[in-house]
Amino acid sequence: MTEAEITATEKAAPPAHPLLKLDSVDTYYGQIHILQGLNLEVQSGELVCLLGGNASGKSTTLKTILGIVQPRNGTVQFEGEDVTSRSTSYRIGKGIAIVPENRRLFGPMTVLENLEMGAYLHAGGAKEDFDRVYTLFPLLHERRRQLAGTLSGGEQQMVAMGRALMAKPRLLLMDEPSMGLAPILVERSFEIIKQVHESGVAMLIVEQNANVSLSIADRGYVLSTGRLVLEGPAAELREHEDLRKAYLGR
Amino acid sequence: MHLLLFNIYDQVRSLGWNGAFTLLRDGVVLGSLYSLVALGYTMVYGILKLLNFAHGDVFMVGAFIGFGVLAQLGGPLAPALGLVPLLLVMFAVAMLGSGILGVVIERFAYRPLRNAPRIAPLISALGVVFFLESSVQLITNSTHSEYSTFPVFGPLFTPMFSVAGNPVTVVQVLIVLTAIGLMAALMFLVYRTKLGKAMRATSFDREAASMMGIDTDRVISATFFIGSVLAGAAGVMYGLYLSDTYFFVGFLYGLKAFTAAVVGGIGSIPGAMLGGVLVGVVESFAGGYAGGQWKDIVVFGILILFLLVRPTGLLGSHAIQKV
Repeated sequence: MTEAEITATEKAAPPAHPLLKLDSVDTYYGQIHILQGLNLEVQSGELVCLLGGNASGKSTTLKTILGIVQPRNGTVQFEGEDVTSRSTSYRIGKGIAIVPENRRLFGPMTVLENLEMGAYLHAGGAKEDFDRVYTLFPLLHERRRQLAGTLSGGEQQMVAMGRALMAKPRLLLMDEPSMGLAPILVERSFEIIKQVHESGVAMLIVEQNANVSLSIADRGYVLSTGRLVLEGPAAELREHEDLRKAYLGR
Repeated sequence: MHLLLFNIYDQVRSLGWNGAFTLLRDGVVLGSLYSLVALGYTMVYGILKLLNFAHGDVFMVGAFIGFGVLAQLGGPLAPALGLVPLLLVMFAVAMLGSGILGVVIERFAYRPLRNAPRIAPLISALGVVFFLESSVQLITNSTHSEYSTFPVFGPLFTPMFSVAGNPVTVVQVLIVLTAIGLMAALMFLVYRTKLGKAMRATSFDREAASMMGIDTDRVISATFFIGSVLAGAAGVMYGLYLSDTYFFVGFLYGLKAFTAAVVGGIGSIPGAMLGGVLVGVVESFAGGYAGGQWKDIVVFGILILFLLVRPTGLLGSHAIQKV
């Protein structure tokens, strides 16, 4: 092959690197070793769930991905770029967004202002970003002048998702989306997650609720005290004996 | 006690309505200065939960920068500029200089202690207080600078209008209007601009704000800058109006502005504005009716009362946390 041909084949080939890759990450809080040699990948357009009980290191994984905590060893790569030493805002600018645990809305600000904050690095949000979010959640348009802190739990969940989607992320992180929601709302919430995923956004969902998250995920990881104990296609994990005993309760 | 009450009664009677108006006028003017300084306390507390005790000294440095500009422009006896451009330059340089000072203080005295126990930045703040006061003492050789006694500022002290025979001077109107203008600009910034919204978001939940991609360090720097700019403006106005500027002046004025921030509700921007005017008016009436020696007792009595009975202040939502 000539040089030109090689370049051409390279271009045509799918990207060799995953969207997100954690490579043997060790994260500490002070002396406490939280994440222990964690390897994790999310491909473009994939829906991956990260399961685990309390204090298994799920939230720390997300904080490491976002750069809120720095790993002591290992690297975090986004689209093949090593972002381990980059700031949180740099990573978010690259196309990562998060729906944090307990939603963490800006309570004294309006729904509209919360959405604007979601698009902070994108000049405050173009009209089409608002349109996209309002199409997904028509209720938010109605409530846009209301203070976010005065909304119900289900409505707040919509604001949190809308806020994350304002930045048109390529990777959406979700930290315990089912937490604190009534079962009917959990179901609706996951329908929306599925819908967003089908629009082409890759997702990493951190959950305790293995049942519902495995039902929509492509792949899953199971974390226990900072180590991966299981990983594989979601369908396989659903049938896995240990997981069923530990998380699915059947 | 009886004697004091009698004296107050006597003063109220002898000063009459005209006297009361004069006290109100002086209180509102003084209170406008307190409001501007209180805003810096309240904004920084809102975003970092830090009592920035060095803020009163930023105000003091602002007053001296104004004086330094005056000296550079030929001094008060032969200023190179007319009164209006002279004032504009003094304000601009003092505001900018104070703003930069505030950013530098945050960067070197507070940011390295961001995750330290809460007592550490407080001690650091006291260190900055001594550093600034001693530096200015050295630079100015402990002199008391007075700018208003010079003829160039004469027009400021002519009556602009009268209310029932009581004159209101140009400088008094200037202070109140400038303070209102700056506060309106601040409200616009905080509620209408992207930076202001980022400030509110960061103040409510810093980690969540950083999860949105907001560079919270920059937002905190901007908060210190804006608060210090307001203190710098108040410093120049203080110099013009009350004249006696020396290295220790930030201590008492800073504490009174802090009282204003607590009375209004620490963390609340409208609260700082309201608290400043209230403290100014109360101080003025206390001085006028009970005697000048009572002013500080009454103001700090109010501070203690609020901290004990209503730590959230009049408009605030969060109480000062014990450190």
